Amino acid sequence: MTTDERIMLTGNKAAAWGARMAQVEYVPAFPITPQTEIVETLAKWFAEGTMKGKYTNMDSEHSMFMAAGAGAATGVRVFTASSSQGILHGMESLYTLTGWRVPLVIVNVSRALATPITLEPDHNDVMSTRDCGLIQLHAETCQEVFDFILLGYHIAENPNVCLPVLVNMDGFYLSFTREPVLIPSQEAIANFLTAFKPAQPVFQASQPMARASAVFGGATYSYFKMQHNLAAYHAEKVFNESAQKFSEQFGRTYEPAEKFHMDDAEFVFVMSNSFATKGKAAVLQLRRQGIKAGLLKLRLFRPFPSAFIAEALSGHKNVAIIDQNLSPGMGGITYPEIVASLYSHPNRPKRILSVIGGLGGKDIRESDFMSIINHFKDPESPSPLYLFDDVDMASFQKIQNIANPKEEPSSS
Amino acid sequence: MTAFVNPYKKIKDLHPKEAISPGTGLCAGCGGLEGLRLAMKELGENVLICNAAGCFTLLSVYPFTPLKSSWLYTTMGAPVPAAQGVRDALDIRMAHKGLSNDENLLVMAVAGDGSSNDIGLGATSAALHRKLDFIYFCYDNEAYGNTGFQLSAASPLGSATQTAPTTKVHPAGAESFKQDLFEIWKAQEPTYIATVSPREPVDLSNKFAKAKTLQGPRMFICMSPCPTGWGYDPKESNLIAKLAVDTGIFPIKEYFEGKVVHTKPPKKRLPVEQFLERQKRFRHLFEPERRDDIIALIQQHVDEYWRRYE
Ligand SMILES: Cc1ncc(C[n+]2csc(CCOP(=O)(O)OP(=O)(O)O)c2C)c(N)n1
Ligand code: SF4
Repeated sequence: MTTDERIMLTGNKAAAWGARMAQVEYVPAFPITPQTEIVETLAKWFAEGTMKGKYTNMDSEHSMFMAAGAGAATGVRVFTASSSQGILHGMESLYTLTGWRVPLVIVNVSRALATPITLEPDHNDVMSTRDCGLIQLHAETCQEVFDFILLGYHIAENPNVCLPVLVNMDGFYLSFTREPVLIPSQEAIANFLTAFKPAQPVFQASQPMARASAVFGGATYSYFKMQHNLAAYHAEKVFNESAQKFSEQFGRTYEPAEKFHMDDAEFVFVMSNSFATKGKAAVLQLRRQGIKAGLLKLRLFRPFPSAFIAEALSGHKNVAIIDQNLSPGMGGITYPEIVASLYSHPNRPKRILSVIGGLGGKDIRESDFMSIINHFKDPESPSPLYLFDDVDMASFQKIQNIANPKEEPSSS
Repeated sequence: MTAFVNPYKKIKDLHPKEAISPGTGLCAGCGGLEGLRLAMKELGENVLICNAAGCFTLLSVYPFTPLKSSWLYTTMGAPVPAAQGVRDALDIRMAHKGLSNDENLLVMAVAGDGSSNDIGLGATSAALHRKLDFIYFCYDNEAYGNTGFQLSAASPLGSATQTAPTTKVHPAGAESFKQDLFEIWKAQEPTYIATVSPREPVDLSNKFAKAKTLQGPRMFICMSPCPTGWGYDPKESNLIAKLAVDTGIFPIKEYFEGKVVHTKPPKKRLPVEQFLERQKRFRHLFEPERRDDIIALIQQHVDEYWRRYE
């Protein structure tokens, strides 16, 4: 593209455009719903010569992530995408390539994990990559998907980071929703993201090296892990610097988390990705009813911007952390991270409620936000609050009765 | 038909140069390492090894590497996809980014028989389908050696492993015949497949010399006598390797342009028990009482193989 253009794109197409405008050179790929549109689009662009480099159809995500990491270690700009079962299938490779300290961008289109198998979204897939040492950016809109890919390469390729960046979006709700996306010209992008210059030596004949050698002894292992940890921590500073440059070039400003009507909020919802759009609508609706609601949208999730989040949430009375994921036997996965961030803050919220909802694509309705507010009003109400009400139970029982018509529906 | 003249006739003809220095963490008498040493002499220095988890992972333990060339440890199941990524990236850089051809690397996967036959087979099959330009070196010690010698699909019938031990109920130990990886690979028609033995260095070196002139998937299975797992004195590695060939248990052959040729057929095949009786993993076939039934089964399997060719 030679001039800035605003075009209607699905989240998936926005991701493909992000890779294209970042002048990605190598895409090893494997299909999975709801991500497939991304790799199909890229396959076409490579096949017709719009994108230069190579698109390789791999045989699994385990292979795909391995090829992606090895490609990055050999000095090309790499992109790939996955979702759900694909992330789990590739998990061993994900840990391997983050340890290789190679920069690349991965898009995950969130989809709930089996069992039971489903196509619809929640965040257990992306949360499973939480501890493998990559950088995570969570996108709410198609524009954010596009922008975070450019931003992602800027962060990943920073010599003080050298880690993969994962950009997360919600399956269906965003992957297949068309929104206007501003695509800057290639010249404008070149002012922000220059051609890939690997910070580390890459494989080629004149640079023989042994990489990822085995280690003996906890001290050596720990040293490398602590290096990795420092780089991940440091990525928060790099995120802010890169976002600042991005803002100067493109005019869109990204903080580690987005504050929506937070100033005087007495009830704060903490959310991420596309359901935050529903949360924002609920905030406006509640405010029309005189309830001072606000929302904090998580954006940078690894490294976890603890200080920023604690700063944003302290001073507010009631905070509801809505996890679209479930760690059975413990609850929401982001909840303890936020609570830990706030623990030592003198002005921390009086009540921090864990809420679990949106599992397997289950909608979070306006009434759900209202029930969270009501939950706060009762000091005895338990946490977590599961957004699964009588209407949901009735709809399940209808189905259950088909599966097992002889059994009386349970009366609870 | 491509004409290829073997460069070596005698052992004295082989490269004097070493590409792997001695003093690695592998066991004394490791047959697989001897095979790799000979292979690397032939392949030279501009090589990248993508290594699968296994004994050979201990070749490069931080901060050491015995190699003149490059090394990337991967996972047990994905050395070949890593080779794909490196190959693709080098091709992209040579085609579009001005990387000089002098900077090119020969990409190689080095994996044990467990990785090759079991966890990594699917990914290798996919690379064969894509006609990946690489060399595959499977050192075949007929079990999961690194984890203490457990059953792999390459463990031969009648051998005892930690996870298929010999018992009264299961006197043979491993009860399935060794998986025929050569034939599995051959079904996908790679450019070249060869079996090699460290006991046949001239044959081995000629095959790597030939593979070096070719493109596409070039696949090697190296018979790898393993004193630790097979249970014999390390100084006998050569003898064991020789008996594997002379009994016909390990056929030395190559597949090229649609044809299989045995490059070192045993002149007069020795009885299999001469190979078996020297190893602890087969001891239960001889003590406390001879299991002629199982030995006969092994002999019959070998005879059937050679009947197709002799
Ligand atoms: C995914 C995975 N599963 C299991 C292991 C444990 N493991 C490491 S090496 C090995 C055996 C490898 O056997 P083989 O490929 O025959 O090589 P060898 O050890 O004999 O050299 C196993 C099971 C692993 N590293 N990764
Ligand atoms: S266990 Fe066997 S294959 Fe492994 S290093 Fe020792 S001798 Fe070699």
